[in-house]
Amino acid sequence: MAPIVEALGLTKRFGTTQALAGLDLVAERGQVTAVLGPNGAGKTTFIRMVATLLRPDEGSLVVAGLDVTRQPARVRQAIGLAGQSAAVEEAMTGRENLELVGRLFGHGGRQARASAHVVLELMGLGEAADRLVRTYSGGMRRKLDLGASLVGAPQLLLLDEPTTGLDPRSRNDLWDAIRDLVATGTDVLLTTQYLDEADQLAARIAIIDHGRVIASGTPDELKSLAGVDVIEVHVADPADLDRAVAFLAALGTGSPRVDRPTRSAAMAVEQGSARLLEAVRTLDAQGVAVTDIGLRRATLDEVFLGLTGRPAEEQPGEGTEPGVAPRGRRRRGGRAA
Amino acid sequence: MTDAPMTTPPVPARELPRPRHGAGFVSTTLQVGKRTFLRTVRTPQVFVIGLVQGAMFLLIFRYVFGGAITSGVRYVDFLVPGFVGTGVLFSGMSSSIGAAQDLVEGLFDRLRSLPVPRLGVLAGRVLADTALAGLGLLVTVAVGFAVGFRTSASIGSLLVAVGLCLVGSFAFTWMFVLLGVLAGNPQAAQGMGLLVFPFTFVSSAFVPVESMPGWMQAFARNQPLTQLVNATRAFSFGDKAQAILGHSAGYFAVRALFWFALVTLVFAPLAARRYEHG
Repeated sequence: MAPIVEALGLTKRFGTTQALAGLDLVAERGQVTAVLGPNGAGKTTFIRMVATLLRPDEGSLVVAGLDVTRQPARVRQAIGLAGQSAAVEEAMTGRENLELVGRLFGHGGRQARASAHVVLELMGLGEAADRLVRTYSGGMRRKLDLGASLVGAPQLLLLDEPTTGLDPRSRNDLWDAIRDLVATGTDVLLTTQYLDEADQLAARIAIIDHGRVIASGTPDELKSLAGVDVIEVHVADPADLDRAVAFLAALGTGSPRVDRPTRSAAMAVEQGSARLLEAVRTLDAQGVAVTDIGLRRATLDEVFLGLTGRPAEEQPGEGTEPGVAPRGRRRRGGRAA
Repeated sequence: MTDAPMTTPPVPARELPRPRHGAGFVSTTLQVGKRTFLRTVRTPQVFVIGLVQGAMFLLIFRYVFGGAITSGVRYVDFLVPGFVGTGVLFSGMSSSIGAAQDLVEGLFDRLRSLPVPRLGVLAGRVLADTALAGLGLLVTVAVGFAVGFRTSASIGSLLVAVGLCLVGSFAFTWMFVLLGVLAGNPQAAQGMGLLVFPFTFVSSAFVPVESMPGWMQAFARNQPLTQLVNATRAFSFGDKAQAILGHSAGYFAVRALFWFALVTLVFAPLAARRYEHG
């Protein structure tokens, strides 16, 4: 079966900003595809194009077998949009919002009411259905927003940063709701700036930066690209920093990242706990006074650093030691798209 | 779900049928219009402030400036029809703000992602705003009567005057919606609303045009709001209109309608185009 989304060489320029710079992306049917990237990477521009809200300057974009620039009306019949690009009306009740969208999707009054009811139950909003949305919590609004994109039973659900700004519990709730939808056979394309969100929901992830896909694959493939854990050390005496860096370098295959102003160094490693113990013992034995040492997971920034050899945002002179190679560059191989 | 545990079993999404085509123009207009109307009625701050502001201006002109203005008839009888006419522009300012809000809050994006005629979305907004302007107009008329406005005109001609104002409101709301979408956010939209002041004040609404300097009279006499105000005034003067204003109500009404058609034909497509391309 043809992919649900097929983008080839998409470009878009706003004034002097190149939002998309030749983006290629294929999302297969029957799974969740996540577009992961920092603010300003072009995620929202891309999803707005898929939703027919923006036209590409160049390139081709086929959604559900339909050309987005030639048949936008039919594409709209096939998609549902939720997230930061879309909104619910807060001066209406949850039910009224869903009925409105149902009517606009082309349902008659009775069917719009029936669909609204199904969606309210599906989203667990049955009890709040007849309250004005302005009384809803942030999590409930997002659920209603997600629900509004469902009343037309779309083939493809577009979620633009669906959980940005939500507390962890509401986030988990929303993730569950999205998983339920996927289980019933809805294809999903979502954008996110959170690695764990993509990890939790998506079968495939495309990482984008500066309007281009720089890597894509399953979550596991991408994690192995990014390095698993990071040991971070802060030393008490700046004179000890170089020694600490040398010990850290011995723990993995890459080079540590050094930040002199904060007297700290970070190193990506595998088998994090074992390496951490090793680092503590060595530093202690060598008499390096440490103010803080810890193990953490790679951040999205580090994924970028690893994949692109530079930070997600170019900031010359931000303190990262010049000339020090980004961690683990040599492990990247030829996988970056 | 943050407030209540999920007790209902998940309903399978396949109970949701997929419609074959989206809503038509009329249905879209009515649905979006209903939403805009409900929003204003349930969030009445902007609307009510507009009404209060209007009533305040009316009182100020009636009692503060009125004594110094020579209008040929009782000033309150001169002022109230003018005020009803300018209300068309003043209420338009809240359309700009509303349209800018819809844009910023993402509601336009949601509507633009749905399979509906895009002109219908704007038409819904414009119709609802016209209905709200009608409510404002009735309030102005009521306040007018309360401060001493009297008319010998028939109910029929008063209703025609009100109808003409509503048509004007419909026409100008297209312009205000375009301004709101161009402004991009409610604050800027409010600022752009100040553009109405030259039209409301440099007109026949509050003072006779003859009292202005000659170069200004050229604009004041011919601009669209003056035509609407003169028509409204002529309808309220009844039989005496020809004698006082020099022309019949019909003469002014035809000119006003010409302007309304022009304003709609220019601004509706521009607004639709702007909305279409975000």
